[in-house]
Amino acid sequence: MRLDVVLRVVSKLLLPFMLMFAAYVQLHGEYGPGGGFQAGVIAGAGIILYGIMFGLPAAQSIMPPKLVEFLVPLGVLIFAGTGVISFFYAMNFLDYSALGPVTGLSEQYAQILGIIVVEIGVLVTVASTMVAIFYGFAGRGQD
Amino acid sequence: MEFAVNSVLLTMMAVISIAIIRMQNLFGVVILAGIYSFLMASVFMVLDAVDVGMTEASVGAGISTVLFLSVLGLVKVRESKSIHTPLLPLFVAIVTGGVLIYGTWTLPEFGSALSPANAHVGALYLERSMPDMKVPNVVTSVLASYRGFDTFGEVVVVFTAGVAVLLLLRRGSGRAKAMRRNMVARGLIPDNQLTDEERAQKEAKDAS
Amino acid sequence: MDLLEGIIQRYNDWITIFLMVSGLYIVVARGNMIKKLVGLSLFQTSVFLLYISAGKVIGGTAPILADGITAYSNPLPHVLILTAIVVGVATLALGLALVVRINEVYGTIEEEEIFPLEDDDA
Repeated sequence: MRLDVVLRVVSKLLLPFMLMFAAYVQLHGEYGPGGGFQAGVIAGAGIILYGIMFGLPAAQSIMPPKLVEFLVPLGVLIFAGTGVISFFYAMNFLDYSALGPVTGLSEQYAQILGIIVVEIGVLVTVASTMVAIFYGFAGRGQD
Repeated sequence: MEFAVNSVLLTMMAVISIAIIRMQNLFGVVILAGIYSFLMASVFMVLDAVDVGMTEASVGAGISTVLFLSVLGLVKVRESKSIHTPLLPLFVAIVTGGVLIYGTWTLPEFGSALSPANAHVGALYLERSMPDMKVPNVVTSVLASYRGFDTFGEVVVVFTAGVAVLLLLRRGSGRAKAMRRNMVARGLIPDNQLTDEERAQKEAKDAS
Repeated sequence: MDLLEGIIQRYNDWITIFLMVSGLYIVVARGNMIKKLVGLSLFQTSVFLLYISAGKVIGGTAPILADGITAYSNPLPHVLILTAIVVGVATLALGLALVVRINEVYGTIEEEEIFPLEDDDA
């Protein structure tokens, strides 16, 4: 029996729970500790664990490098896009009350909507940056 | 009681930092740095900073340790002994520490609700978070709405670091490899930057 | 007695300064690049501790609003340090990428072995 059987079985069992925990931390960021950064790091760490245990080609088959390079600027675009929307309503940059006329929500719920969208942007950028950095380091020792 | 837990954790962290200074095996240094981050996350939890504790545990003890270990797989694992005596850095460190300790005598009382840091803007955010946007976690509402511009700057910093690491470390696709082969054939790359097989090919070509 | 009370209150600050100074010593005195980066992250973490302990309110709890609790710790330092932690790990990743490239070009990561090689190159 190879020595890493325990590690491989446990990491295969844990990976879906890690991603689900990242989603939980992200969505409960307004009611408890959490938010975009913690969720992004946990999701990135899940993919990195899979890459450590099963090899870099296995991790790159579930999250290809092209997809990662696409996701890194997408989060910044989501964040900056939410800020620029308020320019069209003659308000300051990142003023979430401009989202009220766009979606027809009241003042408080427009702020909550702004917070949710912005945190999704943070999650996408942080998770994909962690995975991209890991791919960079792990791919260097290959040849 | 809280203060006793705090003191024990901080003393353990001071001991670990001395061990990091003295240890020469880099693998042990990296693992000790991971333990240090976990203890720091526990101290943050005792000091009521729950968001910060979660971030420090996942980032410091998770991602940092993984990045250090993956770099240690590429470089050597033992630190060489230094040939200079560390007298001047020790003197600089002790003088800096002394001046900072002298400066802490006049800081406000620890844990007071009336200190200038806690009495003005912090209390205002605590009062206005529920009426303004109905979000109970005040840290999230300050991070994403009241101080959203700082968070935007932070996301751009993470993006810049990702782009810079990709520029430094990405192995080329076909076009980059063809360009490199071209430059090697024309003799434009100095000898200490060629890989081993490129050097062997160059020597074979020079011999023929 | 007054001195003892003063020392108990300031113990937090003194350990923070000790950690800060030891991180600074590692960055300045050691020549190995990975150890310098570990010292830098030690230094950064001790600065975070300084800020968070300034925001603590004795008798308060975590700044998550709930019924029946009146005293909360100050949320503003938490926000600043959250940003600072993520910026710190971004800097660390970039520093490690530079260390990998330096190792590929010079073959070593000790500062004292690189300086003569650098003079030869130039």
